[in-house]
Amino acid sequence: MTEFKLDSAPKIVEPTIYELSSPGRIGVDFPDPDVPRSNVPDSLLRAELPLPELSEVDVIRHFVKLSTFNYSVDSGYYPLGSCTMKYNPKINEDTARLSGFANIHPLQPIETTQGALLLMYQLQEWLKEISGFDAITLQPAAGAHGEFVGVLMMRAYQNDRGETKRNKMLIPDSAHGTNPATSAMSGLKVVQIPSDERGNVDLNALRAEADDTLVGMMLTNPNTLGLFDENVEEICQIVHNAGGLMYGDGANMNAMLGITKMADLGFDVMHYNLHKTFSTPHGGGGPGSGPVCVTETLAPFLPAPIVEIVEEEVDGIPPLYGLVDPSKTIGRVKAFHGHFGMFVRAFTYIAMHGPDGLRDISEYAVLNANYILARLRDTYHVPYDRICMHEFVAEGRWKDAPDVHALDIAKRLMDYGFHPPTNYFPLIVHEALMIEPTETENKDTLDSFIDAMIKIAKEAHEEPDLLHDAPHLENTPFGRLDEVKAAKDLILCCWLPEDYENQ
Amino acid sequence: MTYIPHSPKERDEMLKTVGVEKMSDLFGAIPEAHRYPDLDLPSALTEMEAAAELSDLAQANETTKDLVSFLGAGIYNHYIPAAINHILLRGEFYTAYTPYQPEISQGTLQAIFEYQSLIANLTGMDVANASHYDGATAVAEAVNMALAQFRGKRKKIVMSTGVHPHYRATTDTYTQFADVEFVSEEASRNTSEALIPLIDKNTALVLVQYPDFFGRICDYTKLGEAAHEAGALFCVVANPTALGMLKTPGEMGADMVVGEGQPLGISMSYGGPYLGFFTTRNKFVRKMAGRLVGESVDARGQRAFVLTLTPREQHIKRERATSNICSNQGLLALAAGVYMSLLGQTGMKQVVELCYHKAHYAAEKIIEIPGFSLTFDSQFFHEFVVTCPKPVAEINAHLLEHGILGGYDLGQDYPEMADQMLVAVTEMNSKEEIDALVAMLSEVNHD
Repeated sequence: MTEFKLDSAPKIVEPTIYELSSPGRIGVDFPDPDVPRSNVPDSLLRAELPLPELSEVDVIRHFVKLSTFNYSVDSGYYPLGSCTMKYNPKINEDTARLSGFANIHPLQPIETTQGALLLMYQLQEWLKEISGFDAITLQPAAGAHGEFVGVLMMRAYQNDRGETKRNKMLIPDSAHGTNPATSAMSGLKVVQIPSDERGNVDLNALRAEADDTLVGMMLTNPNTLGLFDENVEEICQIVHNAGGLMYGDGANMNAMLGITKMADLGFDVMHYNLHKTFSTPHGGGGPGSGPVCVTETLAPFLPAPIVEIVEEEVDGIPPLYGLVDPSKTIGRVKAFHGHFGMFVRAFTYIAMHGPDGLRDISEYAVLNANYILARLRDTYHVPYDRICMHEFVAEGRWKDAPDVHALDIAKRLMDYGFHPPTNYFPLIVHEALMIEPTETENKDTLDSFIDAMIKIAKEAHEEPDLLHDAPHLENTPFGRLDEVKAAKDLILCCWLPEDYENQ
Repeated sequence: MTYIPHSPKERDEMLKTVGVEKMSDLFGAIPEAHRYPDLDLPSALTEMEAAAELSDLAQANETTKDLVSFLGAGIYNHYIPAAINHILLRGEFYTAYTPYQPEISQGTLQAIFEYQSLIANLTGMDVANASHYDGATAVAEAVNMALAQFRGKRKKIVMSTGVHPHYRATTDTYTQFADVEFVSEEASRNTSEALIPLIDKNTALVLVQYPDFFGRICDYTKLGEAAHEAGALFCVVANPTALGMLKTPGEMGADMVVGEGQPLGISMSYGGPYLGFFTTRNKFVRKMAGRLVGESVDARGQRAFVLTLTPREQHIKRERATSNICSNQGLLALAAGVYMSLLGQTGMKQVVELCYHKAHYAAEKIIEIPGFSLTFDSQFFHEFVVTCPKPVAEINAHLLEHGILGGYDLGQDYPEMADQMLVAVTEMNSKEEIDALVAMLSEVNHD
């Protein structure tokens, strides 16, 4: 355990925006009103507006300084499993900021936004084609939001056909935490299904639970071990035979573009993560975008609204695109029509790849992962070891180095200039290190990462404190954090200096 | 064109290391019948071609730069200072991952901590989280939080008709399989007076908007007291711009203040991405869904920030979590933080006052036109409802022919209000533009 001893007040590396405030400074000035002033009702006015006061240069220097504390895709390699941290093309940022996209109000008449609606319509068509589904909504704001939409539709469908007693969702033990949380949020009972020794869903356990209380099953495929479930068609069959629906968590679609279509395998509903597969940037934790595709059976339940052609093309006059509410819609899941700025980026990305380029993405993502796996499997134990898809999971532990944990390996990687892999997930692998290289990393980068991993394994046996004390002063701007103190003190907010005594 | 950096030689070396001959050998686990399907997609464009195609699509839209806009209804056309975009375009921010590794994510963590602080100060509350998807989902999460607070023992939500129709619809969707009842007042009445009789011992939450969807402002203190007397929670959906001037919901006793952060320096972008802000009192912080950043120290004795109270979240609690949210609107929270830092006390007050005075000037001029009147006699901020002599759809079509984007047609959400237009005026509308709107509306009346 890292020790946190404080003999004096902590050193402030960069003051907060409140600490930088100086009364009377102005960052941006606005003109005087060009209309007569109206009376403002005194009783409704606030007494004070406790915002900081800074000049523009103060603000810029502050945020630029903060930015230098961040690791990012632009500055280095993220082998971060399940997150698909690929390079985010610069052109996407330019197209999303075109005035014709950035400066349109979501409630404008559709006659004034045909370019935007056509883009959304086209993106809907493309995402349907890539997954093989019949219908789609772009509205969900993130992957977890898309899951929620999918599960609500599954439940609405079961209720609609009179199967109201169905209340059970099956979820493999390798699933991401959002799957059970989503099911619970939708009022469903969650039953966990174990994995077998090859990392596939245990078919016997599945059969035992596939009864007439089933709403369906949520399956990530490739799963979170980075493995394509070899029995996926049979799994879909078992669930369908019990009257359930198959939800495909599309978190790992980066391995599947042009390789297979999820609808062809038997899935009924699936969400995409545009921020993983289609290169929209992660933004330090969001925004994401989680479109949901469905088969024809579920299409009437899609959230409102979706983009459709509302007037067909006639005599060379282009069709009119508009927003339509599906007949049995589950309703609206957010305001307006979704994260449009992310649609522009994903559209740009798909347009620049085409069918062959998309297939290349998945092939090279899978090649990169298998290359690392091939070079690391002698050093790190890989419990489910077969040809992986876009990622794989190794154990960050050795019997002959008992003090070393996955966390220490993760932190030591920072010393070598890499972002750590995802660790402690999936839960079914001890001291998991989940490694996803993506297709945008070249062989040199992969080789340096592999070399660092091998070197760390050696250090773990010979000089374990190098790992325990990582990251080191000369390599990262900050050291390990006292997370216990954060949760105990619970300082979640700062104030203007004069307001501190009021808190 | 792709972003794959491998040379053919490197590819072959790597295949050899893996121990396969060709790419397709990597996909043996996929059922053969469904392997390598055809994709019916247009062939790839180069960057130059894609830029041109996207530019054409963008130009097919009429923007609020081409048109004079009086459209609001939850999303507002405000001036966005240049500095914001320059910060957002730093790859160190926008291409970073969620700050789970605090040693190399202090930029994002401190920026979110500052955003939380600015929002808490603006709303007059103790604590803000790192954000939700948008105003609508923040409202839905507030309802979930209230229901969880009473563990199903209280099943009634008193929600004002003056809450944005999309927010109410989203909440309905979120709670469609929950055991909960929503009650509302009639749209035209005084909100506080109409809602108080609806509150009882079965009420989990009283939820109002400020300014409400119709732009009206009133002091909700008595309503909050009535909610608390019945043991219910009180949530206010607030417009952050208005809070630059108005008494805070915190002062009115709110337990939660939530809303849409788009007015804080975020482009309208046809519906998103935006920013749902969410604040509460210290005593409820553990019940609040969503990420939180807290202050701590690192092993080197430096002040540093870290995601905290994570045991509330889905990746730990799984099916026992109250929400499945697993992201926040990180980059938009950064934008809002930079906006509030740049404007500060002075700039925020200037913007608010410009909105207020221009909106009131517009209202005054519009009601001078025969046939037009204000629907409500309440105080308002930068948006107000006009009763028109004709259906709004007809009037807006006429305005659009003359380059004016009219106000929101309330008949779309409130069938009895087809002749009622919700007009929004911000600092972006000059006196000349307002006078042009008034002139066009006068013409409508003479048709």
